[in-house]
Amino acid sequence: MDFEYSEEQTLLKDSLRRFIDGRYDFESRRKLLASSDGFSRDNWRQFAELGWLGVAFPEDSGGFAGSPVETMIIMEEFGRGLVVEPYLATVVLGGGLVEIAGSAAQKSEILEPMIAGELMLAFGHSEPQGRFNLADVRTTAEKDGDGYRLSGKKIVVYHAGVADRLIVSARTSGDVRDSDGITLFLVDPRADGVSIRDYRTVDGFRAGDITLEGVKVGADAVLGTVGGAHPAIEAVVDRAISALAAEAVGAMERANEITNDYLKSRKQFGVAIGKFQVLQHRMVDMYMHAEQAKSLSCMLAMKLDGPDRERALAAAATKARVGQAARFVGEQAVQLHGGMGMTEEYTVGHYMKRLTMIETLFGNVDHHLRRYAALAD
Amino acid sequence: MDLAFSSEDRAFREEVLAFVEANLPGEIRDRVARGLGVGKEALTAWQRTLHEKGWVAPAWPRNYGGAEWPLVRRYLFQQVMGEAAAPDIPPFGVNMVGPVIYTFGNEAQKARFLPRVLSGEDWWCQGYSEPGSGSDLASLRTRAEDQGDHYLVNGQKIWTTYAHLADWIFCLVRTDDSGRPQEGISFLLIDMKTPGITVRPIITIDHGHSVNEVFFEDVRVPKENLVGEPGKGWTYAKFLLSNERTGIAHVASAKRQVARIKSIAGAEEIDGRPLIEDRAFRARLAAVEVDLMALEFTELRLLSKVQGGGTLGAESSLLKIRATEIQQSLTGLLLEALGNYAAPFEAESEDDARRNEPPIGPDYRDGALQQHIYGRAATIYGGSNEIQRNIIAKMVLGL
Ligand SMILES: Cc1cc2nc3c(=O)[nH]c(=O)nc-3n(C[C@H](O)[C@H](O)[C@H](O)COP(=O)(O)OP(=O)(O)OC[C@H]3O[C@@H](n4cnc5c(N)ncnc54)[C@H](O)[C@@H]3O)c2cc1C
Repeated sequence: MDFEYSEEQTLLKDSLRRFIDGRYDFESRRKLLASSDGFSRDNWRQFAELGWLGVAFPEDSGGFAGSPVETMIIMEEFGRGLVVEPYLATVVLGGGLVEIAGSAAQKSEILEPMIAGELMLAFGHSEPQGRFNLADVRTTAEKDGDGYRLSGKKIVVYHAGVADRLIVSARTSGDVRDSDGITLFLVDPRADGVSIRDYRTVDGFRAGDITLEGVKVGADAVLGTVGGAHPAIEAVVDRAISALAAEAVGAMERANEITNDYLKSRKQFGVAIGKFQVLQHRMVDMYMHAEQAKSLSCMLAMKLDGPDRERALAAAATKARVGQAARFVGEQAVQLHGGMGMTEEYTVGHYMKRLTMIETLFGNVDHHLRRYAALAD
Repeated sequence: MDLAFSSEDRAFREEVLAFVEANLPGEIRDRVARGLGVGKEALTAWQRTLHEKGWVAPAWPRNYGGAEWPLVRRYLFQQVMGEAAAPDIPPFGVNMVGPVIYTFGNEAQKARFLPRVLSGEDWWCQGYSEPGSGSDLASLRTRAEDQGDHYLVNGQKIWTTYAHLADWIFCLVRTDDSGRPQEGISFLLIDMKTPGITVRPIITIDHGHSVNEVFFEDVRVPKENLVGEPGKGWTYAKFLLSNERTGIAHVASAKRQVARIKSIAGAEEIDGRPLIEDRAFRARLAAVEVDLMALEFTELRLLSKVQGGGTLGAESSLLKIRATEIQQSLTGLLLEALGNYAAPFEAESEDDARRNEPPIGPDYRDGALQQHIYGRAATIYGGSNEIQRNIIAKMVLGL
């Protein structure tokens, strides 16, 4: 039993912290949000140079053979800085799917340039009716000669608008909500019949709705086995949950530091407001939420490569608990700042917005409590 | 004890409802129902409609142009307005500065300001909070120096809602430093066009613009704009606050929100069934509905107490706390009902620029996020919920 970082992991964390402190201050981030991509391609190149895009992938995929703990470290620091680059979309989800399900040829075609920072990915899975049920897929893939024709709609796909390749789930057989019969496809976003309506999200990211109208793809576009994608989707979403939990932990820790400093410096009634016991107790609750979230985030990272059921239980528990923590910490950080918490020009509200969204992404508290109960009994 | 309203009161309710149905434009109603802001022009037009009917100021005495309704009527009027998604008339004129002027102002001030408050010709804003004085308002430092025929005002206000739209601001200013902080405060009316006033917008985290910073640099304010006596501003402000708190429970609009959530959760699916049939979701919504019912009947019980000659003190803090907490729980459920579609968020100005593109997701998601995010302010403004709890602890419980 050991929750401490290795020497390399500590170095990784330090280099991330240096980057965030040096290059990702609040004002620089605000400029990124307003830019046309909504993030910085320069930063992305830096991530590649520093090895952050490949750290979690095995060596035979061009990576550096790290573990989910490395992803956790990266995402925690990204959470502190509210980093908006498409790491989750491209590396964790897109790269993760290719690693889990892809052929050797697909891996070298996609993972190598992705790790080099030259290829961005997005995973289009959720549909208007599907909510958080990963098997609820209505998008169809009809056989068409050697290949397929895809039709359907994918919603709120983070970073769809900048992706060089989309990975899209579609039904090759079975009924809506059957876990069998779902297939993953690599789709060129510029192909005929693909349209993307992109937009800003409340947490400062970009996302898009993807409409597929009879999009023709070849047989080589299939990622993994035909009709058998559900386990890969579950696995990669649990990776995303682990990444998001870590991001939430980083964001909560930073929001708590900012709020704690504010309680010490803001004076009302002739004293620092941190002298009011009700605010002390609130701050203590915020701290306890973050600590508990951190414990589960570490647990999940260490179970992510374990047996499926254990992984799934850990992911459900973590997402449910972190979701509650994220909501509480974000909202109370704003509350304890008074009017300051409500201003766009000040940091803390941005933490609240991201934490609010993390609660929803890949399933809210309700969803994961239900999932946990179903798995546990 | 009797829960039923009299038949006259019920008839009154019907009359108000019919009037709103006939006179409130559909677009405005739709915006209010979605929790989106309503522009100055539309608000002023609605105020004029109510004014012409004599309904703009339910609580004001008749001789100043009010309706002077008894409490129950005022309550019912507010309920109908809330149910019908009528926009709130900005409170700063009719609910706040108006009553201060007719209670403490001189005849010239009454004649000059009250008619324009009622008609909506003048828009007012409230200049209380300062960067260093929020919860601890009595520490405010904006100075008004006596210069014989005028005051010279220097200082800064912050979080001033509508300062960018207002013609006038009522300010708490410091005219005396010698005694207790509360004793040196005066209530001053200032024309926003006076040289030396600068308004700087503050954009809030919902990307909206309603609050501002207001800077005063050697602003000359005629003495005739002082309300009542110098040094009595704190007393007037407390009087104003007691006015501000009536109708603070917003039960009707919360009920509308419940209905909206039910309708969205009826359209949204979970595992192929309507979300509203999901037991966990339904139970949580039911819990908030029950909270809301407790708030509604607490408000009625307090109302009945006042009607019987009692006075409302710190109990109104209870209404403010519960009302804002319920509002926030409801927008949380709204967000939850939207599922993945909770995330997209474009400010309205951004939307305008993309008018030719298809809307994002189902129509009912419009406004929900703005309302949820901006709604975090409800537990901060008007005396934060922590301060309201302090008030109850001290004034009601004697702790
Ligand atoms: C959207 C919005 C609109 C507003 N509109 C107006 C307006 O039109 N005019 C105007 O004058 N003002 C307005 N305000 C200002 C509002 O009244 C203040 O924000 C509020 O009084 C809190 O003051 P503050 O922001 O300085 O926070 P602070 O007073 O600094 O409070 C910070 C935190 O400390 C807590 N706290 C402070 N003192 C105590 C205590 N003794 N015990 C326990 N906890 C305490 C508070 O509850 C809060 O959580 C508006 C504010 C907002 C957000």
